[in-house]
Amino acid sequence: MTNLLSPSAMGTDRVRVDGAAKVTGRARYACEHPVPHPVYLHPLQATIARGTVRELHTDDATALPGVLTVLTPFNAPPLETGTDAELEILQSPEVAFRGQLIGAVLAETPEIARQAAGLVRARYDREPHDVTLSADRDDLYAPEVVNPSLPTDTHDGDPDAAFAAAQRAVEATYTTPMLHNNPMEPHATIAIWDSDGLTLYDSTQGVHAMREVVTSVFGLEPDQVRVLAPYVGGGFGSKGTPHANLVLAVLAAKRTAGRPVKFAVTRQQMFSFVGYRTPTIQRVRLGADADGRLVSISNDVVEQTARIKEFAEQTGVPARSMYAAPNRRTTHRLAALDVPVPSWMRAPGECPGMFAPEVAMDELAEACGLDPIELRVRNEPETDPDSGLPFSSRNLVACLREGARRFGWDRRPRLPRSTLDGGWWVGTGVASSSYPVHSAPGSSATVRATGGGRYEVLIGAVDIGTGAWTVLTQIAADALAVPAERVDVRIGDTDLPEATVAGGSSGTTNWGSAIVEAAREFRQKFGADPHPGDELTAGMPELPGHERFAMRAFGAQFAEVRVNADTGEVRVPRLLGVFAAGRILNPRTARSQFIGGMTMGLSMALHEESVVDERFGFVVNHDLAEYHIASCADVASVQAHWLDEHDPHVNPMGSKGIGEIGIVGTAAAVANAAYHATGVRVRDLPIKADEFLEEAR
Amino acid sequence: MIPFDYRRPDDIGTAVATVTGNPRAAFLGGGTNLVDHMKLGVAEPELLVDVTGLTSRDIERLPDGGLRVGAGVRNSDLAADPLVRERFPVLAQALLSGASGQLRNLATTGGNLLQRTRCVYFQDVTTPCNKREPGQGCSALEGYHRHHAVLGASRQCVAVHPSDLAVALAALDAVVRVQGPGGERTIPAETLHRLPGEHPERDTVLEHGELITAVDLPGLPFGPRSRYRKARDRASFAFALVSVAAALDVAGGLVRDVRIAFGGLAHKPWRARLAEDALRGRPAAPDEFRAAAEAELADAQPLRDNGFKVPMARNMLVSVLTELSAEDGAA
Amino acid sequence: MESEISLTVDGVRHDLVVDTRVSLLDALRERLGITSPKKGCDHGQCGTCTVLLDGRRATTCLALAVAHDGADITTSAGLESGGTPHPLHQAFLDHDGFQCGYCTPGQICSAAGMLDEAESGWPSAVTTDLARDPVLDAEEIRERMSGNLCRCGAYVNIVAAISEVAGRRSA
Repeated sequence: MTNLLSPSAMGTDRVRVDGAAKVTGRARYACEHPVPHPVYLHPLQATIARGTVRELHTDDATALPGVLTVLTPFNAPPLETGTDAELEILQSPEVAFRGQLIGAVLAETPEIARQAAGLVRARYDREPHDVTLSADRDDLYAPEVVNPSLPTDTHDGDPDAAFAAAQRAVEATYTTPMLHNNPMEPHATIAIWDSDGLTLYDSTQGVHAMREVVTSVFGLEPDQVRVLAPYVGGGFGSKGTPHANLVLAVLAAKRTAGRPVKFAVTRQQMFSFVGYRTPTIQRVRLGADADGRLVSISNDVVEQTARIKEFAEQTGVPARSMYAAPNRRTTHRLAALDVPVPSWMRAPGECPGMFAPEVAMDELAEACGLDPIELRVRNEPETDPDSGLPFSSRNLVACLREGARRFGWDRRPRLPRSTLDGGWWVGTGVASSSYPVHSAPGSSATVRATGGGRYEVLIGAVDIGTGAWTVLTQIAADALAVPAERVDVRIGDTDLPEATVAGGSSGTTNWGSAIVEAAREFRQKFGADPHPGDELTAGMPELPGHERFAMRAFGAQFAEVRVNADTGEVRVPRLLGVFAAGRILNPRTARSQFIGGMTMGLSMALHEESVVDERFGFVVNHDLAEYHIASCADVASVQAHWLDEHDPHVNPMGSKGIGEIGIVGTAAAVANAAYHATGVRVRDLPIKADEFLEEAR
Repeated sequence: MIPFDYRRPDDIGTAVATVTGNPRAAFLGGGTNLVDHMKLGVAEPELLVDVTGLTSRDIERLPDGGLRVGAGVRNSDLAADPLVRERFPVLAQALLSGASGQLRNLATTGGNLLQRTRCVYFQDVTTPCNKREPGQGCSALEGYHRHHAVLGASRQCVAVHPSDLAVALAALDAVVRVQGPGGERTIPAETLHRLPGEHPERDTVLEHGELITAVDLPGLPFGPRSRYRKARDRASFAFALVSVAAALDVAGGLVRDVRIAFGGLAHKPWRARLAEDALRGRPAAPDEFRAAAEAELADAQPLRDNGFKVPMARNMLVSVLTELSAEDGAA
Repeated sequence: MESEISLTVDGVRHDLVVDTRVSLLDALRERLGITSPKKGCDHGQCGTCTVLLDGRRATTCLALAVAHDGADITTSAGLESGGTPHPLHQAFLDHDGFQCGYCTPGQICSAAGMLDEAESGWPSAVTTDLARDPVLDAEEIRERMSGNLCRCGAYVNIVAAISEVAGRRSA
């Protein structure tokens, strides 16, 4: 058991420490830092999906007044190569996907840079491309591991035989489309390479993670590179790993003799090279006895990766731990295509991987004549079915029960297509939610007394909107046993102690544990009344519980859906989630995390789909008018509640990550509600009007 | 975006002459569509003639109970106008269902009518498009065309016109007043936009240099009983999958007169003359509405992925007419 | 091609020479260093660049600076008066109407403009009776704020914040 911190500031409802700067707009995001005489970069992108750049005619561009230079694969500075093909841009003329960065114009103004980019003419040797994901391909392969380093396949018992013999069975294929993270702040960098070294103002989820990559790609030492990210306009995973835009900005900064280079990626460009969620094809088989007890669970997943770099989303993983069944299988098979490199998007694995099984559970409940909540309760495992370890805490059933009570589940008509209200079919649905408790070594923090009972706490963490800045202040206050008003937390700078990336809902665990350790050692060394300037740095200790327990947060998602009887338009007037995620450190920011995830889940359920035109090999609906994300009018009531969950094993704060669980299961709850409303089972996201009009015809 | 010259002439005559004299000149209104296209490289004018201070920003009463709307009237002002709300609710509703509050504050009446299709291939200069570059081919025909036309399209172009305002104006028999190099002329709103045929590059019948100066809304006694309904993927801030503008006059349970136009189905607002003709003198009843809708949509030729638009349009028309026939004042 | 213009931003007059291609948004951000209005899409599709332009909410990414010579612009920063936060600022803080903060200045300018529009009796797409002045309930606020996208999903808190301010104004 971890030595749990006694909560005082933790658990209280506090306004964000960065709030005033954000509401006025005074907070400076990456490209907003004032720098003298910036050079503006506009990238060149491949307009073929596979082949070779034979020539780039840049004369017209360079002749334009105000153009400084044009970077191309034929003149770019060399990089250290051989480790990450996504980042090793302009090192060869080969084109691996449409939209790939093949050059850049540097100019005195953004207008000139963009105009000049349009004047560059490329000639290609074009090769046939292949961007078609299908479960029928004969070249699907099993990756060695799936993200981050989990087994590709799992096999327990004889799932096929058990499925064939099951008294109740559901077998169906479910699909989720390609999705783009689309944080509101597009990826952006200011790169300054002068006599002091390289300074980067970057829109990133991890300053140290970016520095590590930049030093490796450019052959630099850590002390030559500083990365700053005090404010970041969202990331949702797309800023958690570096993408080629960062490398291009730094390459350009090598050529500007110390002048800052500004590279603000456009919204359209974000559909080409800053990551996305792979489309998934999930073949789910659930077998149960007549009482609804699962005898067989399998999810066979097909998804895509890029030919130049593998990313294998762990879509099958949640099916490994959710429900008890003696016979289980999960597999992942990939198609390596001429596409951009997929990457993290909010709850990789869990988010798509809970859609298919949780809709299948709804179908199984119907097959068994059971209430969908009761079906889930009957299949609650004693221990983690995957690892065999006990759960440090698991309150899925309590979440389902509490959610049912709050949502008014008992008033739900048993049969689908039972309620027509004012021209709208109305239904409700439920799905389970879950997200693992991740932790990673590598964070440290400094505690420094600044006099008058005040303290500075320094850690190179990043607040991408999670509330980390505020919550770390609360943790530090309790760790130092002082009021939160006496603590100033500084984050977002590699000059601060090293911190892990803001990803995997692990920031609070990693950074908070480091802060608690530093505070404890500080107090041991300097006592309760330190001198100004006393300071101590300590690293995050090992969290022993993580070896002995399976650790996950759980939740229950409820949705009400209305489908217009005339048009098939689908709306979600109500979402309600109940979560069990350890100690909630700041109810205000935590609620925002939950409802934010649920809102993105609603958006995924109804709106989001990156449409690849296979002839051209790229996403054609590449802006926010065509790639819809939910608007204010789409989101009426979203409630998030949580249980008081005491888990002494997860970390010194007793907290589990909450940044991602909100999106897990939402789309399944919506799909299940849409079925309950209409009797039409939609197994392919997003759920569009079209589906319900096919029926009408 | 290529460099361009910007001028703000003192009068409409000069503006028209200036644009007429330069084939690469364009009028600038609110800019919400033109500047968008200039950034994308879809439009490349070398001279912008700003007419926002020139065309009228007034809404005047006409003697027949109608209204004259200056081309410079912002969408938000037109939608908020008390007379528009009272006499032509379909028009206010159409405007309010379009874009967003902050865009409607910029967009003008004239500019709104001249906005161009949202077809993704039209907007992306790296893909072939006959509307942008005649002869390149239509990428949407076999591509991403869920939003595209089911009526009146050609092999050259299957795009749809995106304006909501234009659909309401087509239904209301509005008249577009135009000033051009040859003087003034009027064009029925219904015929302002064209079907693509062999020339999808031309959205409207306007000649280069012709400027929309006003839109006349003729008096329509049953205008108050009118409605705009728009189906879309998002609940707001989204272009129509299908929209319908309708006005209905019922006497003694029979349809005395009716106006219907569809949006989202064609390269132009689709005035539903067949349905109107089928309904006049018939009982104002859902079965009749459905038969009329089916008559109008009988020639629909959906593409691979937009067949849903046909039942959607039919159902919406039935529903809107049913609602209008139940409104207060139904005799 | 360049043009000389003046802009008054948050009460301060700026004279500047701009390329005719410069959007109002880029004039503010890149020429004047005024970064309260954000760039989220540059095509009128997200609302992050919303300011009050001559008193009305407007996107600045599709407005050419040269066409708005002499304009009076208020950003979210300019809504403060003498260091006192605007009621919308406070309500957004109290209701946690934001997370990453990037869409927030645009949301707040949009809300400020929207409240004035509603007070002037402007209807919206969800106003059922066009003959009467609308009542600014949650559904009306949601519709009227839909031009401002928020990817963090703070909508329900944004609506709560604006509802509070609207309620106080109408009280």
